[in-house]
Amino acid sequence: MTEHDIVVIGGGPAGMAAAVAAFDNGVTDVVILDRDEHLGGILNQCIHNGFGLHKLGRELTGPEYAAVYAEKVAERGIRVYDKTMVTAVSKDRIVTAQNKDGMLEIKAKAVILAMGCRERPRGALSIPGARPAGVYSAGTAQKLVNCMGYAVGKKVVILGSGDIGLIMARRMSLQGAKVEAVCEIMPYSGGLTRNIVQCLEDFGIPLYLSTTVAEIHGKKRVEGVTIAQVDENRRVIESTKRYIPCDTLLLSCGLIPENELTSSAGIAMSGITSGALVDEYRQTETAGIFACGNVLQVHDLVDYVSDEAELAGIGAARFVKGTLGTFETIETKPENGVRYVLPQRVSLGRNEDVSLFLRVVKPFGKVRFTVKSGDTVLANAVRLKAAPGEMEKLTVRAEKMQNITEPITVCLEEVQ
Amino acid sequence: MYDVTIIGAGVVGGMLARELSKYRLSVCLLERGNDVACGASKANSGIVHGGYDPVPGTLKAKLNTVGVEKLFNTAEELHVPYRRNGSLVCAFSEAENETVQKLYNRGQENNIPNLKVLSGEEVRKIEPNLSESVTSALLVENAGIICPYELTIAAVGNAMDNGATLKTDFEVVGIEKNENGFVITSVDGETVESRFAVNCAGCYSDKIAQMIGDNSFEIIPRAGEYLLLDKNEGKRVSYTIFQVPTADGKGILVSPTVDGNLLTGPTALAVETPENNETTLDGLDTVRKLALKSVPSVDFRQVITGFSGVRSSEKNGDFIIEESKAAKGFVNVAAIDSPGLTCSAAIAEYVTELLESIGLDLTLNPDFDGRRENPHLFHTMTTEEKNEYIKAHPQYGRIICRCEGVSEGEIRDAIRRNPPAHDIDGVKRRTRSGMGRCQGGFCAPYVMKLLSEENNVPFETVTKSGKNAEMVVGRIEP
Repeated sequence: MTEHDIVVIGGGPAGMAAAVAAFDNGVTDVVILDRDEHLGGILNQCIHNGFGLHKLGRELTGPEYAAVYAEKVAERGIRVYDKTMVTAVSKDRIVTAQNKDGMLEIKAKAVILAMGCRERPRGALSIPGARPAGVYSAGTAQKLVNCMGYAVGKKVVILGSGDIGLIMARRMSLQGAKVEAVCEIMPYSGGLTRNIVQCLEDFGIPLYLSTTVAEIHGKKRVEGVTIAQVDENRRVIESTKRYIPCDTLLLSCGLIPENELTSSAGIAMSGITSGALVDEYRQTETAGIFACGNVLQVHDLVDYVSDEAELAGIGAARFVKGTLGTFETIETKPENGVRYVLPQRVSLGRNEDVSLFLRVVKPFGKVRFTVKSGDTVLANAVRLKAAPGEMEKLTVRAEKMQNITEPITVCLEEVQ
Repeated sequence: MYDVTIIGAGVVGGMLARELSKYRLSVCLLERGNDVACGASKANSGIVHGGYDPVPGTLKAKLNTVGVEKLFNTAEELHVPYRRNGSLVCAFSEAENETVQKLYNRGQENNIPNLKVLSGEEVRKIEPNLSESVTSALLVENAGIICPYELTIAAVGNAMDNGATLKTDFEVVGIEKNENGFVITSVDGETVESRFAVNCAGCYSDKIAQMIGDNSFEIIPRAGEYLLLDKNEGKRVSYTIFQVPTADGKGILVSPTVDGNLLTGPTALAVETPENNETTLDGLDTVRKLALKSVPSVDFRQVITGFSGVRSSEKNGDFIIEESKAAKGFVNVAAIDSPGLTCSAAIAEYVTELLESIGLDLTLNPDFDGRRENPHLFHTMTTEEKNEYIKAHPQYGRIICRCEGVSEGEIRDAIRRNPPAHDIDGVKRRTRSGMGRCQGGFCAPYVMKLLSEENNVPFETVTKSGKNAEMVVGRIEP
């Protein structure tokens, strides 16, 4: 068994930013364990631009954004175990992993979980029909196209209007394939507005809302799909069924935080975010174990992943140095129109601003968010529109955090 | 000239090939698919049935009673994971209580050990997640679970290790009888000559029999749809939960699998052809509804895949295992629906004796080795043992399938050893790579790379499941 102060699991944007922040906050014995060959995680296959506008003030591609942080990791001499798979984490912070050199057991003073997320597969959607080749989750297709240089199909239907699906609609078009349709089972898209404009509208690709793939056809390779509109219970309306010939179906139907290590360690989880329950420094309910990035909550923008990871990195460094402190905490709760609020609890008695991240339950026009504790208003903010696909951030000033005794609630109301 | 040619490399054909490889015989196994276990053997419930169900006196009853132990013993030799978890046949009404009692009596007649009728209260004590509406249940202690395709792969692999020949992509289109035996022709014009021929062609066994002029039976293909759930639902039940059987079959079950998932299904729908293995909206709805009737707490949000398997039934309801009246030396092993998997080891012995009785000489092969290396050995090791193993075999340290923890070493082994995996589905059935919660989302491109390297073929020719199932359509020109 070896020992390290901080072990970061995952070398994607969250893991890298967390490791760098921990190092910069005075803990130099930080290691990153990553299963892939290169740092960067999923960013390495996101060769489109649009990364870094908020965080770095310039527009980069995914690999470029990853390279900025990989360089920071290298400059600091942070040790990276690549092609290394973590197979277990325990509550007392023993991390078990394996690579071609053998098994690795590390006793850590703090652990940062940054494993990212995975895509919801076809099976989980229970789409009826045959099971031919040519059905891919959008990210798998992205890997084959962008990293390996192979075209996955010529005539494509995409189910789900999540951001990866939208990006892939454009990518497939640029590569010469014909994207026949993007179907979205919800009455609104889950993707960013800018992606709908730049990836679909600019390429003349139709987006069908309240529409799903009702059946997949083809014995060996996809030959076509039946699409259909759905009613308010998301059941297929038979009379609207329509056959589209195609050789490829891409799925972009949601991301699932990859928390198998977290739950097998017995760390408390949220049923809504499918990530750990955390405080303002992203410490889970198990002391010394932190979580950040898409393993904690699925983000829209990598910039916010980096922000969140820095909080976890600072928290872990302070935990190791014994300066994080333990405080009484108070819960945060989503109310009217709000699906979740993260962090799920906040320490009382730190003299620091607290940022709350949240998603709304459905699309709204102009809304006012109100953060309250009991009857005391802690913060409010007006947005011209709000949608489930865009994460909101509200900040409560340090002075407002004094003398709170009741849970912090966040709600919205529509305004004219 | 082979001594025996078996048509069909499903679990029955595979187990027969292995049984025959115990003797000094040349054995050939023909398979129309691109891999073994491509039909009903890859998509069924994976249940080792206790034997209370078949009508006393039938071949099914006889082979089921002796088959359970034979199957478990074979699984032990071949390192195929199985578990004797027992099954519960649940009643939901007074009338069904009587059926449970009848099944108990039938089980006694079939000499099935350790059967018990439990009250609703008693059964919920041993299986707490069972519905409150269960009024009584038959406890079948000798029943169990096994992975049907792993068993087939292991049996064929072991037969090959002992000298048997496997020919995949060999779709039989003609069988000619001559004085020496049979000439069997494939769709590509390849021929195989054999003294004896055994028809284990599953849903196609009536078509194969017709090739020698035997029209004595007709197979009714019957599709069964399933939903498979993530391992975090795998402990929802510990027994295999049946509902009392109806005319359509043994009903919808809820069962743990040997791999730790939860399996629900199957439906029973007569279909036109064995190729009709699509899932349907109605079918999957039925699976959900009836599974929840037995175990209301099953969390169907945890489904990772749905599939359908087509079983080969026949109107008389019993196995057909006999020399064809149309051709001497041609043996039909047909209509092997449930409990076919359970009986597969017993069927293999039964057919071997039958072949001997019609003139096949059985001399023991002194070199026969019935054991097969455990493909999952690594996963049974302690951390120290794993460490030593990786130092000797570094490719075992590199995980390719993160959900199931499958390493590069295991995948390369599966591509190399008998019967070799040719494609992504073949690797999946042998190693579980791609079988987990992400369903190959992350590992498929890496598995394609390994298949391309090991078989020394271009990446773009790697398929999901044989010819015309290409994964990519070509290189992107820079």
